[in-house]
Amino acid sequence: MEFLQPSSLWEALEAKAAHPEAVPISGGTDLMVEINFDRGRPKTVLDLSRVPELGEWAPENGHVRVGAGVTYNRIVAELGADLPGLAMASRTVGSPQIRNRGTVGGNLGTSSPAGDGLPPLYASDAEVELSSTDGTRRVPVSEFVTGPKRNVLRPDELISAFRMSRATGPQQYAKVGTRNAMVIAVCSFGLALHPEWGSIGACIGSAGPTPIRATEAERFIEGVLAEGGLWETREPLNDAVLGRFGEIVATAARPIDDVRGTAAYRTYAVGVLARRSLGWAWDEYRRGGP
Amino acid sequence: MRLSCIVNGEEREAENVWEGESLLYVLRERLGLPGSKNACLQGECGSCSVYMDGVLVTSCLVLAGQAEGREILTVEGLAGEDGLHPVQEAFLEAGGVQCGFCTPGFVVATHDLLQRNPRPSDAEIREALAGNLCRCTGYAKILDAVRLASRKMGSA
Repeated sequence: MEFLQPSSLWEALEAKAAHPEAVPISGGTDLMVEINFDRGRPKTVLDLSRVPELGEWAPENGHVRVGAGVTYNRIVAELGADLPGLAMASRTVGSPQIRNRGTVGGNLGTSSPAGDGLPPLYASDAEVELSSTDGTRRVPVSEFVTGPKRNVLRPDELISAFRMSRATGPQQYAKVGTRNAMVIAVCSFGLALHPEWGSIGACIGSAGPTPIRATEAERFIEGVLAEGGLWETREPLNDAVLGRFGEIVATAARPIDDVRGTAAYRTYAVGVLARRSLGWAWDEYRRGGP
Repeated sequence: MRLSCIVNGEEREAENVWEGESLLYVLRERLGLPGSKNACLQGECGSCSVYMDGVLVTSCLVLAGQAEGREILTVEGLAGEDGLHPVQEAFLEAGGVQCGFCTPGFVVATHDLLQRNPRPSDAEIREALAGNLCRCTGYAKILDAVRLASRKMGSA
């Protein structure tokens, strides 16, 4: 096994160009399991943990650009106000030890539909920044992930960052699992209210081959809010509307039966998560939250 | 490859390290530090918890080369010249140890918690230790040990 350890982003991109077979490692929470169990033995490993640029984040025109190597723990500690949905999701990842190492860049690279970092990115139309020695391109996250553990990253590219709008309204993330920590989601749901655009972002996790935007449910609730003038009046949403939202979200799920749960359970549960998340987020909006 | 890092305050070197091995393997098999335990190899159980540059990590998920030049603190490095660390004393006194296999990981994770939060609530203790599994004591006495350690360190 060859071990490459660049100390700048440019060096990392040169290394990736010269060794397109190299598998990147940052926190190691996915790749080390593969290596420890000898499920895969990469010919070349590219250690990104010493690339300072990947560990930085900064505001950018109403957006936040977050380096692919920023850990979940740092997202919780530093980005709770700007990216509350992602911070909530980050809090549900693994354990303190895992959150100290794992990164959203890793969630993107692994492209598992169960990645907790992904639904919040979808709900706020995040873009993924892919870099190579030829330059940088930005791809909407929903086009970046193409299937279970598949994405459009080219062999000469690295995920350098993601970029998403700063929250201007309440956000939620909810997850079903067998305990409150150290679980891969049975199913999950990310929600973002965007009052300045009168829109809602809603994304299902771990109940389909990729995270799935619940677009029909988004249009439904946007219509209810617009027709009733509710963004302005901040009046409550009745239970029928919340319930209907959950039902429409559930119709967008495309789950399978697996060791963590059945398709039927996931479909049902994701509807419940959606109904509750919308209730929590709308209550926060009514209280005059962000 | 050759690996150099600072372990428990001492510069250490390991020769002939395979590029694919974990920091845990290096600690146990090459540096003679078997305190960090080898159990799940997937970051689930926490029994290999150590500090790397002051950050609590599961050493089974750190690729050896990632530790190059870093400062590692293992359970062996917690006790001072005048005896056990208060966290270690508390685990003994409270009976937070049964078979003992998970204990090093719990001790290191508790040490990390109390450094960040000297007076944690029960909910905070549970959250901080969520990544450490014990299959015999049932956790009640482990929680007692953490509360006792917090009191000991507070009065020290």
